[in-house]
Amino acid sequence: MDRQMLLNEINYLLFVAVLAVTFLSCAAYVVFFVTQRNQLRKTARMLLLVSWCLQSGYILSRYLSIGHTPITTYHEAVFFFAWAATSAYLSFRWRYTVKNFGTFVSLLIFALLIVSALTSRQVIPLEPALRSWWLPVHAGISLIAYGFLGLAFCGALMYLLQERELKSRKLGYFFTRLPSLDSLDQLNSHCLAVGFSFLTVGMIAGILWSKQAWGTYWRWNVKEVCSLLIWFIYLVQIHQRFTVGWRGRRAALMIVAGFAVVLVTLWVVLT
Amino acid sequence: MMSAKHISLIGVNHKSTPLEVREKISLIGGYEDALARLRKYRLPEYYLLSTCNRVELIWVSDDPGETTSDMLGFLFGDTVEPEHWDGYSYVFHDGNAVNHLFRVSSSLDSLVVGEAQILGQIKEAYRYASRHGCTGPLLNKLLHKSFSVAKRVRSETGIGSAAVSISSAAVELARKIFGSLAGKKVLLIGAGEMAELAAEHLLGQGVESICVANRTLSRAVDLAARFKGGACSLEELKSQMETVDIIISSTGASGLIIQSGEVRPLMRIRRNRPLFFIDIAVPRDLDPALNEIENVFLYDIDDLSQVVEMNRSEREKEAVKAGRIVDEETLKFVKWQEGLTVTPTITALRRKADRICSQEIERTLAKMELSAADRKKIEFLARSITAKMLHDPMQFLKSDSCRKGEDAKIDMVRTVFGLENDDETN
Repeated sequence: MDRQMLLNEINYLLFVAVLAVTFLSCAAYVVFFVTQRNQLRKTARMLLLVSWCLQSGYILSRYLSIGHTPITTYHEAVFFFAWAATSAYLSFRWRYTVKNFGTFVSLLIFALLIVSALTSRQVIPLEPALRSWWLPVHAGISLIAYGFLGLAFCGALMYLLQERELKSRKLGYFFTRLPSLDSLDQLNSHCLAVGFSFLTVGMIAGILWSKQAWGTYWRWNVKEVCSLLIWFIYLVQIHQRFTVGWRGRRAALMIVAGFAVVLVTLWVVLT
Repeated sequence: MMSAKHISLIGVNHKSTPLEVREKISLIGGYEDALARLRKYRLPEYYLLSTCNRVELIWVSDDPGETTSDMLGFLFGDTVEPEHWDGYSYVFHDGNAVNHLFRVSSSLDSLVVGEAQILGQIKEAYRYASRHGCTGPLLNKLLHKSFSVAKRVRSETGIGSAAVSISSAAVELARKIFGSLAGKKVLLIGAGEMAELAAEHLLGQGVESICVANRTLSRAVDLAARFKGGACSLEELKSQMETVDIIISSTGASGLIIQSGEVRPLMRIRRNRPLFFIDIAVPRDLDPALNEIENVFLYDIDDLSQVVEMNRSEREKEAVKAGRIVDEETLKFVKWQEGLTVTPTITALRRKADRICSQEIERTLAKMELSAADRKKIEFLARSITAKMLHDPMQFLKSDSCRKGEDAKIDMVRTVFGLENDDETN
């Protein structure tokens, strides 16, 4: 019992630390966006890396405390979502940079963490039927997919802002601060491709798990229908991109719409 | 106390002097000839800059008043009556001269504030001066400093970042649409000076090819040869638009030559790759409705002028920030120059030795348990070692050759003992 209390204590402290560090990183990114001082960007990136470590620590400590991967309650899922977005961003950042992308992504991560902070941190015991290693595989992979789709969402917002400035021919605040349309479009394509791959694998895992837990592959409940809808929305986008070179404003709007459905689904499924 | 040596600067520029006068003054014989003529004034150090917008002369002397009139005489020669000299030129001494040079190198004094050319010109002028042995420790330091100030201004302010000409604005926009311009194709419709300028600018940014379309094919072929591109007739426009990325139009046609209805179906063939239209013709060549097509961007001459105008006002704001950096660096330089005399150098050297000595004594004694008498002995030992070590450098500084103001020797002592960095950290 002592161990349990200690874990709970560590767990709580880690959560507070994650919130604080992410807030600082986010603030540094926003100030960097306004002032464009390079030193700040380095600080912000370091803070985000620290935040990622703390987030991983939180997930690990919660795993030890409840005995299964912490992605079943709303709080846990949203937190894991934030972790996935952070991981996706850092893995991307490692490969190539897109000017001021970090500012938008850190805002998304912080918003997700705030949502997870506002929901109950209470542990809900898992139904025996759900106790399976399929849980981390299916839910984990799906949330990682959401992380990448979240990045695409940020890229699409940036694209829409930059495109509006260029089309209106009144170059203002965002023109110099945002990267070129082409690099944003490439970023979106990339995130979409990676996100969609994870989404598909996560779906297949879910179907197989359903067979194992409930004896049938597909039950047409709300959760499954929503997931299928999301999968189709992104499938159409990928298809259009590959066949007719769909890009630009309409493609960006579709990414934003797709992500909105993701958020709504997450809400519906987990509450 | 100021060093015995003074830095002075005289010059004429686009603000002080009309072009007719500048034309006569500018160095026709090149730097070598002019520097050779300056030699006979027997100045310890001098340097000369001549560009199409300015001629400036910087020199070091013991008596700025006397040498200034000599230098004005050198600058104007017989071209201008002596009574007009003051009106046409500016004269600065010491800190003001340093400040002016820094302003020039940071492009704050340029006709187009923020243009990058001037720094290269100063570097070239300095290369000539130093190759001919005209510069010494003071001007070497000053000019090197002016390069680093310019670099600092460029990296810390946005003074050189925004495009301030129509063609550079077009390039800036193209980069925001396409990212890298490598591998992009440009179509030039009609030939005009501004269109050619824009095309040249784009070529400088690495576009793959430029194709020229003109009513008279022979003119198109001529122009295409200049850009090492191809030529085509106006009838081929439609098929060309399937492959090119940037279209610059400047024909003398009275009506629109490309309608939005023609371009819309092309976008599917282009697989929605973006298309950037630049219309610099008056009256306009391109249908304004083009801008409503997705992934198509249209800028006409007024839009581009607006971008340029906006960037100009942005630059002026940045210039204020840059001015502050220049002032700060001027103060630093003047402080360094003041240190280039014997007395402050001796003081600084002694202070540094004392500081090191005290630090080391403290560190050693903290680890030992000693009687007060033993402590005294160790302190004495340390102090006498440093004093003995410093004896010869001090004698060197106090010797006659340094007293006379041999800046190079003092500078060497300061560098060897690292006094410069100390002054800044203290």
